Amino acid sequence: MAVIRDVMPAFQLYQPSSVADAQKLLGQNGSDALVLAGGLDSMDWLKDRIKKPKVVVDLSGVSELKGIRETPDGVEIGAMTTLTEISTSPVIRQKYSLLSQAAEVVASPQIRNQGTIGGNVSQDTRCWYYRAGWPCYRAGGNICYADTPVGRNREHAILHSERCVAVNPSDTAPAFIALDAKFVVMTPKGQRVIDAEDYFIGPDIDITRMNILQPGSLLTAIRIPSTWAQAQFYFEKVRDRNVWDFPLMNVASAMKSSGDNIQDVRIAVNAVAARPLRLKMVEDSVRGKPRNAATGEAAGKLAVQGAVPLQFNAYKVPLMRNLVKRAIGGVQEAAWAS
Amino acid sequence: MSNSEWKPNQQKFGAKYKLIGKDYPTPDLYAKVTGKAKYAEDFRVDGMLFCKLLLSPVAHGRVKHLDVSKATAMPGVKAILTQDDLPAPADSVTDLGVTIKANPLGEKALTMEPLYHGEPVLAVAAVDEYTAAEAIEAIDIEFEPLPFAVDPLDTLRPGGPNPRLQGNVWVRPSMPQAKPGEKPPSPPVPHVGELKWTEADFAETKHGRLPLGKAQDEWVVGDLDAGFKEAALVLDETFVTPDTSHETLEPRTTLAYWQNGKVFVHMGTQSTVQTLASLGRWLNMDQNQIVLVSEYTGGGFGSKATGYIFAIIPALLSKKANAPVMMRISREEEHFIGRARPGFQGRMKVGFAKNGRITALDMFVICNNGPYDAVGDANTSGTIVSLLYQPLAMRWRGTTVLTNTPPRGAQSSPGGMQGIVIMETIVSKAARQLGLDQVDIRRINCPEGKAPVGPVRNGTRGHSTSAFLKEAFDRGSEQFRWKERTARPKRSGTKVRGVGVSSSCFVGGSIGYDGLFVIRPDGRIAIQSGVGNLGTESLHDVHRVVAEVLGVPWEKCDVTWGNTSKNLPWTCVSGGSQTTHAMTRAAHAAAIDGKQKLQEIAAKVLGGKPEQYEVGNERVFRKGGGRGMTLPQAAQHAIQLGGKYDGHEPPEDVNKFTKASIAALQGQGLLAAAKDKYPRDGQTFSYVACFAEVEVDVETGKYDITDYLAVADVGTVLHPKSLSGQILGRSILGIGHAIGQKWVFDPHYGHTISLRFHHTKPPTILDVPVNMQWAALDIPDPETPVGARGIGEPPVGGGCGAILNALSDALGDEIFRRAPVNLDTILTSLEAGRPTQDPLTAHI
Repeated sequence: MAVIRDVMPAFQLYQPSSVADAQKLLGQNGSDALVLAGGLDSMDWLKDRIKKPKVVVDLSGVSELKGIRETPDGVEIGAMTTLTEISTSPVIRQKYSLLSQAAEVVASPQIRNQGTIGGNVSQDTRCWYYRAGWPCYRAGGNICYADTPVGRNREHAILHSERCVAVNPSDTAPAFIALDAKFVVMTPKGQRVIDAEDYFIGPDIDITRMNILQPGSLLTAIRIPSTWAQAQFYFEKVRDRNVWDFPLMNVASAMKSSGDNIQDVRIAVNAVAARPLRLKMVEDSVRGKPRNAATGEAAGKLAVQGAVPLQFNAYKVPLMRNLVKRAIGGVQEAAWAS
Repeated sequence: MSNSEWKPNQQKFGAKYKLIGKDYPTPDLYAKVTGKAKYAEDFRVDGMLFCKLLLSPVAHGRVKHLDVSKATAMPGVKAILTQDDLPAPADSVTDLGVTIKANPLGEKALTMEPLYHGEPVLAVAAVDEYTAAEAIEAIDIEFEPLPFAVDPLDTLRPGGPNPRLQGNVWVRPSMPQAKPGEKPPSPPVPHVGELKWTEADFAETKHGRLPLGKAQDEWVVGDLDAGFKEAALVLDETFVTPDTSHETLEPRTTLAYWQNGKVFVHMGTQSTVQTLASLGRWLNMDQNQIVLVSEYTGGGFGSKATGYIFAIIPALLSKKANAPVMMRISREEEHFIGRARPGFQGRMKVGFAKNGRITALDMFVICNNGPYDAVGDANTSGTIVSLLYQPLAMRWRGTTVLTNTPPRGAQSSPGGMQGIVIMETIVSKAARQLGLDQVDIRRINCPEGKAPVGPVRNGTRGHSTSAFLKEAFDRGSEQFRWKERTARPKRSGTKVRGVGVSSSCFVGGSIGYDGLFVIRPDGRIAIQSGVGNLGTESLHDVHRVVAEVLGVPWEKCDVTWGNTSKNLPWTCVSGGSQTTHAMTRAAHAAAIDGKQKLQEIAAKVLGGKPEQYEVGNERVFRKGGGRGMTLPQAAQHAIQLGGKYDGHEPPEDVNKFTKASIAALQGQGLLAAAKDKYPRDGQTFSYVACFAEVEVDVETGKYDITDYLAVADVGTVLHPKSLSGQILGRSILGIGHAIGQKWVFDPHYGHTISLRFHHTKPPTILDVPVNMQWAALDIPDPETPVGARGIGEPPVGGGCGAILNALSDALGDEIFRRAPVNLDTILTSLEAGRPTQDPLTAHI
């Protein structure tokens, strides 16, 4: 049968107004249902007719999933809060600017107005073979088209690839990991609160999913504890264009210093593997060390140990090394005299 | 040095004119900014069906099984169109009466032997798009896979796959000689043949150099060997330029319906009048039976020069289904059928004297054509390079190779851009090795005045009408503070900065078209325009000449455009930057005709001789005082006089298309019509000198363009604001080729994998400096009455060249050997200490 793209197929659209109703609908429809948040990921799948769910559950009417609330031990962000709300929120900017920096460089202003935080962390990979409907491992097949002798894999993984070499494209995910955020997930068995880094899964766990969400589950909120409020933050996203691009790589770190020394630190990178990577070895190696260029250099080198580039993404190794170096040791800004 | 505040151009233009050189709001501006403008997709017709396309899933194959029965049985499905429903390709006849025979191997709107992934195979019309899409999914279709190649070098290899069953190159049989006294014979129809290079040729690839196998075409001027012997420095470089989609924001969406035996086609096209002939040829129909409506076009850049063949799909479906059919083209479909600039794999050996003068230039290019009709980029690249750098001796060799990739088309500065970009990187390298200033080395090789161009044909070499590029460099160096910038420190922290300059030029105008307007008894000037509304504003700009010459306020002029049933004059193709030059000439000729008729009418009615009368202030009046009449009065007299005055007797020499329009307009007032017969000594080109500064982060490879200036030599400035849009907009198009725009294929499957904007990466407005600057010399071209030349094309090569040269100024010569230059190119090369991305493979 012939294939056609770019025309959305018909489906049943449900627009619940409460989490309870949304959960009920997801429970009833199981794997026949697709959750629609901002639509920046789902609409592509739908328009390309690669995913043809019978039911779409649109969360845009669930007001309890929206907004940023200060809590006694931090903030809670509803999963349907837009990226623009997050990047402009006074409390986020004041206490957790690592996240506002990350949210501010997602895609383009239009996409940030529409895209949600839940969608940004839960989005599928953008591997151009997989997204174009090629029947690869991640799509349930038995080949990776990107990892062949001539596969085009400039934007693919250098670490932890297991048959699939796709990467996670989220800009905010590493910021949440660095801030030690907790993801609140409603499952058919009840609420689960998960460490940010454990929300994401690689192909070694399940090659067809990017996160722990199973049919019937819903990410409802993300909680940021006050532990890292107003710490020293570093966020950098590297992309081809200055707007409207996924990261070729990004890095996020939160650090506490004591004098010149690094007292504690959390650091994560994304777009190097199928899940955002928290760099625990780097954290352990720099704790107690002076925050300077030498510590940064050593951290960068340690971070890329074991990295295996593909044919077209060798740049990701020095890029990751340098981004980690900067996130730990700081960046030497240009100071032109004229 | 960079300042973030945007400063508009402070130059004053048009000192000796009332309208020319002055800004004004074009009559379509309000519609465009309020959304009232109707593009093809905005039209709705009663009973309109929608159609969708079935695209080829293979790079090359043949439909071996097709069963549409399930689709046709679906409710709401009205018709299916395949190759069998297409009319036979029609011959065409040129203005000189020469028949151009249709090529049976040329592109068709639908095909059962697709030659690229994404080629339309069939179309379904249904009550809505959902139904049409469901119907396509219900079609049982199987393809027999056939050999394919997406990289020209793969098919040129000994034993390499052929993209077409017949071979991999077009072969043009030699032209038969014209017999004296008879009309020129038809050129023979090109066929597809095989061109393979030898293993020995390919040995060059081991050294990262382009093989110099047998070229299809070649020309030489001067003594190449002597030129190289004289040279103090000889560079031999291989370089790859990207294939880039035109990415017009309006895709090839088309609405068609039939009324009283005529087909009405609503589409976006660059050229209104000239598209009619294309539609006639594609539909194999008399042009008189076709009405084209194209009031607004959302970008063309060469890809919609005379429309597009796919417009006949809804037209034929509409006939078959007996209902109007709307074909909305999606962005993915547009990627496949929307044309692209062909990438070049090029190699140049260039000899430089100590002072930088180019003594010899040996140019070799491969043009990646896609599977169908040959684009002219390879040939044009040689012509443009020969003009822009004035080598003392030059050989050009070129081969246009067929591949199983989407068809190419002309894109702003077709061929010129690719040739200039390859050449510019070499000139920059030479200047560094010879210790010369980058502006000086370009200045010393500049064309000047009536500069020779291209090969010797029939014993003579052509030349330019004029060239003031040296003045552009002088002005630009001063405005950009070139000396000051080049003297500053380059490195600070992790940042390195570099400055770059580039020459550029391209053709800037054609001749011989018609102008047509009517001075009506109500005092308004009804100007008929066959120019397309493709966004350049030339549609209105050129007709300001009529008001200028007649001394009529612009507000009294009404321009009719965008519909071929509205009596338009014969007009140039709005492509190749022809319009400003060609149609200001035609407008001038018609205005002079109008002026002369006014003088004659005044003399007839008021006595005296025509030359004793003057035209101005909406009157024709006796010189030095005396009787006169208003233009409305003159219009009434014209109707009474009839004959040539009100269009009953059209001028002999205007095109038959214009004559038909005159016949329809006759008797409505004073009708002015004339063909542009102004002499022209030389070929018209425009020039630009581009300057850029970049700042590179050596730890990430990411760079930003911090400043940009383009100084244009475009003759008389007609409309400063539209000129600035052209200079800077087309610069950005060129910058896109430097910083990231490209196509990516999987060569094993022959599939395009860069299908969306975030894959093909056209530049965004945040990728260019806020304070991009432009200037224009405003020196009239001596070979055209208004002095204005076109400017759409030259800034593309200059924009790209200036960025690449700024990068090599910052980082040295060992970073890149292909464009675009992305951060990965820079980072891996810095890491390795040598250029890491190979200079041979197409579209990585």
